[in-house]
Amino acid sequence: MPAFDNLYSKKVMEYFRHPRNMGEMKDADGTGTSGSPVCGDVLRLFIKVGQKGQEEFIKEAKFQTLGCGAAIASSSILTTMIKGKSLKEAKKITQKEIIKNLGGLPPAKLHCSLLASQALEKAIKDYENKKT
Amino acid sequence: MKKVYFDHAATSFVDPEVLKAMLPFFKDSFGNPSEAHFLGQEAKKAIEKSRQTLAKFFQAKSDEIIFTSSATESINLVHKGLIEALEERRKPHVITSQIEHKAVLNTCQHLENLGLAEVTYLPVDKFGLVNLEDLKKTITPQTRLVSIMYVNNEVGTIQPLKEIGRFLKKINKGRKKKIFFHTDATQAMAYLDCRVDYLNVDLLSFTGHKIHAPKGIGALYIRKGTKLVRQQDGGRQEFNLRAGTENVPYIVGLAKAISLIDRQKNGEKVKKLTKNLTDQLLKVPGVSLTGHPLSRAPHIVSLVIENVESESMLLLLSDRGIAVSAMSACSSDLLKPSHVLEAMQIPKNLLNNALRFSLGKNNTEEEINYVVKNFKEVVSYLRKLAPKL
Repeated sequence: MPAFDNLYSKKVMEYFRHPRNMGEMKDADGTGTSGSPVCGDVLRLFIKVGQKGQEEFIKEAKFQTLGCGAAIASSSILTTMIKGKSLKEAKKITQKEIIKNLGGLPPAKLHCSLLASQALEKAIKDYENKKT
Repeated sequence: MKKVYFDHAATSFVDPEVLKAMLPFFKDSFGNPSEAHFLGQEAKKAIEKSRQTLAKFFQAKSDEIIFTSSATESINLVHKGLIEALEERRKPHVITSQIEHKAVLNTCQHLENLGLAEVTYLPVDKFGLVNLEDLKKTITPQTRLVSIMYVNNEVGTIQPLKEIGRFLKKINKGRKKKIFFHTDATQAMAYLDCRVDYLNVDLLSFTGHKIHAPKGIGALYIRKGTKLVRQQDGGRQEFNLRAGTENVPYIVGLAKAISLIDRQKNGEKVKKLTKNLTDQLLKVPGVSLTGHPLSRAPHIVSLVIENVESESMLLLLSDRGIAVSAMSACSSDLLKPSHVLEAMQIPKNLLNNALRFSLGKNNTEEEINYVVKNFKEVVSYLRKLAPKL
């Protein structure tokens, strides 16, 4: 059981207070949006894809989020998790891993990390669709 | 770090004078009021003196006041105890509103689940006001209890209690079975007229910790002739309506807090502060007031903020030493948006964007300016962080 500093773990608060890679990416290769304002959270993930030998990898990642602390922290940490990863590896990132990297989330907030992994899935799909 | 407390509708600090009044009853006058010896009688006397203070405040009689642990307990006792005392063959009907505190809503639900009562939950308009005409239409021969809060805790709207009370009093003259009138006056105590004959209420619940008494003490006014079956069995304390050894120091503290209420002085002060706060916050684009623009309690400023999720807002304000309350789905355990804002038909995309500032007698103009400055900064930061929709 992770220790929570009040509502959130220290890691969540750190990523919430100092989000990495926030902002819009104008020339993104792939964009994925999950959630809706009605449910309270909207996550948008931007990726830029590069080539390393035979493999495609995520060169740049940025995010924009309208949402609670957990939603902002989940999207922020996700960008750091996927940067430099091959698309193949990035596709394997699950909600569980995001939660683990955040040092846990309160039960009521687990769905926020799901929104993050969904946005990633959509962003990669968007890239692949554009390519073909 | 500067600390600004704008969450008095959630709870308030214990007034030093209240604490001072309580202390002797922990150590010196610690007797059990049910005992005949001098220490017991000292405690007993303190309770009865406190009861008189409350009676005077409500312009009621001493034996119409009982002490409980909270407004929630008072509310449970009223709804369950009244229905149980009716002993009717046909199912009694209760009328309440959709924007009541969970203590009322869940107690009513409990009665419905057990098949003990039928409950009508009155809608409200977009300002959070119950309509007397709606109430009139729902009254049946079986209606025995109307339960409407005085001031809504989330948006501050003042309900037309006086009109409802007057109407019920009028129709009760022609009815075989009286309709009892209850109000949860928790948010009204410090600022509005709570005399029971002015409001024409038969039952009134409130808690102490919103008016600078400690948490864990509340009271209930019960008009003479209103029968309740107690919900906590045991000894014969509190006119046989609430068993358990009395919480003497807290009772004394509650009475002290009541005696310190100065509506004129603090009401005017808080009203001026919240007006300034409201005017400044509403200048920020995409910010609008929830609740009634005029018929509202002076201490509550409730807002919805476009494109800003309220939990993030709360956390970032908290980082800057500002304590306010968020009404978003995300900040509740159930992930359900506020039932009050839903009943007021606030647009769905704003249900997670609600913030409440509630002020108290010790807040200052300087604090208002500090909060406004930080509010603007945090709003523009979070809007920058949000995707364009």
